[in-house]
Formats: sequence, C-alpha cells, structure tokens
Amino acid sequence: MIEHLLSCDDLDAESATLILDTAAQMAHAMSGREVRKLPTLRGRTVVNLFYEDSTRTRVSFEAAAKRLSADVVTFSAKGSSVSKGESLKDTALTLQAMGADAVVVRHPASGAPHRLTGWLDGAVLNAGDGTHEHPTQALLDAYTMRSHLGRLEGLRVAIVGDILHSRVARSNVSLLRTFGAEVTLVAPPTLLPVGVDTWPVDVSYDFDAVLSRLDVVMMLRVQAERMNASFFPSAREYTRRYGLDAHRMSRLPESALVMHPGPMNRGMEIAASVADSARSVIVDQVANGVSVRMAALYLLLSGHKGGAA
Amino acid sequence: MTSWLIKGANLLGRETVDVLIDDGTVREVGAIGARPGSRVVDADGQVLLPGLVDLHTHLREPGREDAETVASGSRAAALGGYTAVCAMANTDPVADTAGVVEQVYSLGQAAGYVDVQPIGAVTVGLAGQRLAELGAMASSAAKVRVFSDDGHCVSDARLMRRALEYVKAFDGVIAQHAQEPSLTAGAQLHEGAVAAKLGLTGWPAVAEEAIIARDALLAGHVGSRLHVCHVSTAGSVDILRWAKSSGWNVTAEVCPHHLLLTDALATTYDPVYKVNPPLRTQSDVDALRAGLAEGVIDIVATDHAPHTTEDKECEWAAAPPGMLGLETALGVVGETMVATGLIDWDGVAERMSRRPARIAGLDRHGHDPAPGVTANLTLVDPGAAWTVDPAALSGPSRNTPFRGITLSSKVTTTFFNGQPTVLEGALTEGSKR
Repeated sequence: MIEHLLSCDDLDAESATLILDTAAQMAHAMSGREVRKLPTLRGRTVVNLFYEDSTRTRVSFEAAAKRLSADVVTFSAKGSSVSKGESLKDTALTLQAMGADAVVVRHPASGAPHRLTGWLDGAVLNAGDGTHEHPTQALLDAYTMRSHLGRLEGLRVAIVGDILHSRVARSNVSLLRTFGAEVTLVAPPTLLPVGVDTWPVDVSYDFDAVLSRLDVVMMLRVQAERMNASFFPSAREYTRRYGLDAHRMSRLPESALVMHPGPMNRGMEIAASVADSARSVIVDQVANGVSVRMAALYLLLSGHKGGAA
Repeated sequence: MTSWLIKGANLLGRETVDVLIDDGTVREVGAIGARPGSRVVDADGQVLLPGLVDLHTHLREPGREDAETVASGSRAAALGGYTAVCAMANTDPVADTAGVVEQVYSLGQAAGYVDVQPIGAVTVGLAGQRLAELGAMASSAAKVRVFSDDGHCVSDARLMRRALEYVKAFDGVIAQHAQEPSLTAGAQLHEGAVAAKLGLTGWPAVAEEAIIARDALLAGHVGSRLHVCHVSTAGSVDILRWAKSSGWNVTAEVCPHHLLLTDALATTYDPVYKVNPPLRTQSDVDALRAGLAEGVIDIVATDHAPHTTEDKECEWAAAPPGMLGLETALGVVGETMVATGLIDWDGVAERMSRRPARIAGLDRHGHDPAPGVTANLTLVDPGAAWTVDPAALSGPSRNTPFRGITLSSKVTTTFFNGQPTVLEGALTEGSKR
C-alpha cells in the first residue's frame, strides 16, 4: 500500500480496488455487530486536523477511526495558519511529537497535505485541500457506484457543475479513469479550468445532450457567490441550464444513479424532488463514507512502520 | 590603490589578452609583460566580461533586513559577477521619496561591493493612485532614472501615460510589472494544465501580454521610454517584436528562472518555485530564449527576491512569490543561452552588462575593458561545474529554485572600481572608498 493518501493519482487500480474491497469487508463486519467497533487500530493515534469547517467529513473520519478503536484527537483550527498563529510546519511538528500515527487534514490551501508529509512521519490523509483533491470522497463515490451497479469499468459518468473549484471533481476524474469509467464533465465554460483539454475526459457545455447515455450523474455544489464573480449571470439561469430537475431526471436511463457529495443547494443544482427520489443514492454516499475511510485508515496504518495492527 | 594585472584572459570569448588595472581604471589591454608591484590574477581559460549589471534586484532594506540587506545583497551580487545592481522600490518604507532612495544609495556605497542604484517608485506607496515625486528622486544624490512599482502593475492607463510622459523631462524610464490585476486575483501559478491539475488559481499569460501591448502603445503615443520587467510568455515576445518594429523605445528583460524552469516544478507544492510572474511552460521557455537571442528581449535581469525560510516554509498559497537569482544568473545564462549555442560570450556581455547599464543610465558600467575605462570587470570559468547548494549561498535567505542543479559556468573574479570584490570565487573585503 501507499504511504500517504494525498491524491487519487497515488492509487493504481489494484490499490484502489483493495480499498473498496476492504471497505466492503468493514461494512460487512459492522453490520452484524451489536458493538460497532473493531479492535484493529487499538493503541494507534489518528489526528483530525481541520482548517476548514466541514462537519460531515470530520464526523465521518472520527467515526471511522473510532470504529477501528484508534485514539482520535481532533484539531479544529479557527481560521488558518495562513492568516495568523502557528504555522502549518509547527503544527506538524507538534503532532509528530505527540506520536500521531495518521493525520487527516482538511485545509483551504491546495497542496497543504503534501507540505505536511515533509514535516511528519505519520501517514497523511487528504480530507480535502483547497481546489485540489478530496480522495476519500472519490473512493466513497466509486464504492457507491460499484455497490449499486456492480462494476466501474465502462460506466458512463457525468460530473456536472463547478469543475474549476471542485476538489471532488479532480479526485473523481482521476479515480474513475483508473477504474476504466468514462467521464464527461458538464459545466458552463467559465467553470471549467483552462487546461481541461489535457484531462482524460469528455467535456460538454450542454447537459441535455448527454443525459440519455449516462449510468451516473454526479451533481456538484455551486456556490451562489460565484455569481458575483461573473462565472454565470444568475442562479436562476444556472439552474435552468445545469440544474438537475425532474424533467432532466426523466431523460436519464432507468438504472442511472443520481449522486451529490453534499452539502446540497436544493433548488440550485438539484431539485428537491430529485434529491429525494429513488434514483438518488446521496444518503448511501454518506453511509459508505465511514466504511471507505475505515478502509483507508486501516490500510495506510497497517502499511506504516509499527507494522500491521 | 593596488595595481592588478589580469593574465591570459579570454576577452569576450574572442582573444587572449592581459589587462592592467591601476587606480581603479583599466590602463592597458593586450600582451603585457611582468609589472613589478602589480598583483597578478591568473585568468588562463577564463572569459573576461565587463562587470555585470542587474536592472532588477530586491535588496529588502529598509524593512526586511532578516531576508536581505543592502550589504548582504551587494555581496551576493559581487559573487555573481555583478558590479552594479538596481534596487527595486518595494521596500518598507517604499522608495518613493528622495530620502529613501538616498538612504539605499548610501548604504550601497558603504557596503562597497557594487554600485547600488536605487529605482524609484512610480506611485506613492506603490498604491497606483498618484505619482510619487519622480523629479525629486531624479534630482537627488541617488540620481534615479528608472522608476517602477514592481510587485504591482501600474494598471491605471491614465496614470501610466502620465508617468511615461513625466519622466521624459529627465530621461527617465518606467519599468513596468506587466500584470492586469483584474485577471490575476488570487493567482498562484501559470494558468494551464499544471495549475488545473493542482487546483491552483491560474495566472493567465494574457494578463501580462495585454499590459505590454497597452504600454507599448502608450510609450509610442507619448514618445517615452518603456522597460518591461520579467517577460515570461511567448506571446509577450511577439508583442515586443511588434513594438520594436514600430520604432518605439521599448526594452525588456527576462529572468534566468524563466529561461530554465517550468510550471511542472509546482507539482511539489514547494513555494520555492512560486514567483511572479509564474514559471510557465516549455514552449514559453523556448520562445524567451529565442527572443533573448534575437534581441527582442534586450537583457537578462535577476528579479533577485530574497525571502526568509519561514516565509517560504508554508502552504503554496500563503508564501510570497520570489526567488534568489544574483549568484546563479551567469551560470543559468551559460547553460540556457551559451551552451545551447544561442549566443556567445560577447552576447552575454551585451545582455548582462552593456545594455542594462545603458538602460539604467549607469555611465561607469557596461564597458568592455579599454584604456581609461573604469575597471568593472568579471572573470568567468566556463568549465567549472558546480551544483547549486542553498546552504552555500552568501545571504541570509535560501530560496533558490536552482537547488541541486549543476551549472558549468562560475564567476571566479569580480573587479569593482579596480579592486577585487571576489577572488578565486571568494569574497574579499570589498572596495571601501
């Protein structure tokens, strides 16, 4: 296994499959238990280092580590080292001195987890860095697709919305391609990065044109404040052109899944009726997140010095 | 003053000469016999250049003496073969008054390793709102001729026009940091495939090119002198070629790092590779080299920008942009321009000494050795491979992007006002006057 999980580029098909398979085992082991806890990481310390508010990701990682019996310490840095206070390096040295076996980091700056690996010995898990990557989100998305559709290879997946600012999109593009899925990015041209032509994906500005051939449609959160920076004229126009409403959902193939990494802007990128429909696996995504993060923590820590737990 | 005899130097890569220096001045050039009383520098196999002149140096004093001082930057410059550097105005306080530029000038004189020629700010506090007292700085003891808000673009077109017009009164030049601010809010890295992948906000080439085009038109319109700082894109080279072909008085510089490095280095997220304008692509690097060889880009300037270790040991987005350059510039130009056959050593002299000296109005610099010329000279060993080690650099900062890169040319000797500031690759006591 790899030493850190910073980017989905760190994963080849074999190691990514191992994480998904391990997650399935974790879910299975949990489902039959009265006490939802495995002794696997007893005595190991997992630090959650969150420089951004993200209740759902933080709680998911905490639950994952606790179910593996690890000692969990959560640092919620108010503001960030960028603005004032202790530098990221000093925080890293502190965690190192505390004997952190793994550091789960959420940070507003792209690449912050990369920087951490230079300053501490423990495994670093990227829980979302700026507009770069969010690898466990892509893993839980892949897990969810695989459990519903039985495979990943050859799946036709559309990722729709603010690709430019989305770490979820970057991680999903990388991981889905590793698994052999076909990815189409759908967005207004202003919300696609310059250089997207070098990505191994198709790009469409027209959501309606791609609907009928999708196995999965993944809607991304669109921040209303992008409107103020002229990425699109109005929330209403965005919804009209790129929102997933009941009409568009009706044009999807029968078996197609609707996904969203959350938190959703109901009525903006996704209609409430769609989010709550039978097609939607959004709640499954959240549940699968814990299993996938258990698997990632387990595999990273058992690969680390100190040996298999 | 001691008399010096440089023996067997390869003048500009063309002919072997001896050079006799006495009382700060070159006395003889040619085959010179033994001169009792003269100290001899054995320059066998070494290339003799006029002392290098850097039109773009950040010395950080006053304000950030922990990163660099006028004295430490002067020593780094001497080690890099420089005899004059132009100190950028973005100090704290900003060099926007006669008082600050005179202070920097006199600190340079006191250090005694190079001439430190202050550059004055174009606008008060670099704020881009109203003109600084350009005339007062020009008339001061520092005799400022180059004005720049470097670090910031003079983005207001009317203000830029006025600045260009105003400095005509004292043969000044506006050195523009070409960066349209509305296109580069929060920009971190060249906008392209690497930034897209890394999730770093893009710095589009057009933000530089649009300003260069505008300013070239303005300079042509008002008949003034424009100098373009740190040109970094292939498109900028094309625009400069057009501006020069129009007969306008536009000059431009390129930095060593833009001649060698690309944005691919950012994949490490190590802010030592963060600079403004950013590292760009290989096709930009190729176009910049070609533009420099062609003369569309006039000179090499370092944009030497020291930053403390703590300022760079952080997240990419949190780090200030900037790279060290003085001690490595000649070596990088040797690799990228001479070893590639694009220019010869005379071409190096033109682009790193004569031409920058003329742009900056430094009369005592940028002259090939000849009887009567001030002895500002540099000796380069073109076969002394060395590997850049940040810890071995002379100043307090370590932010060189050339760490671990082997360069084949090394400065061995620098003469400043007839006195060696560097001998056998090591600093001397300097040239106290």
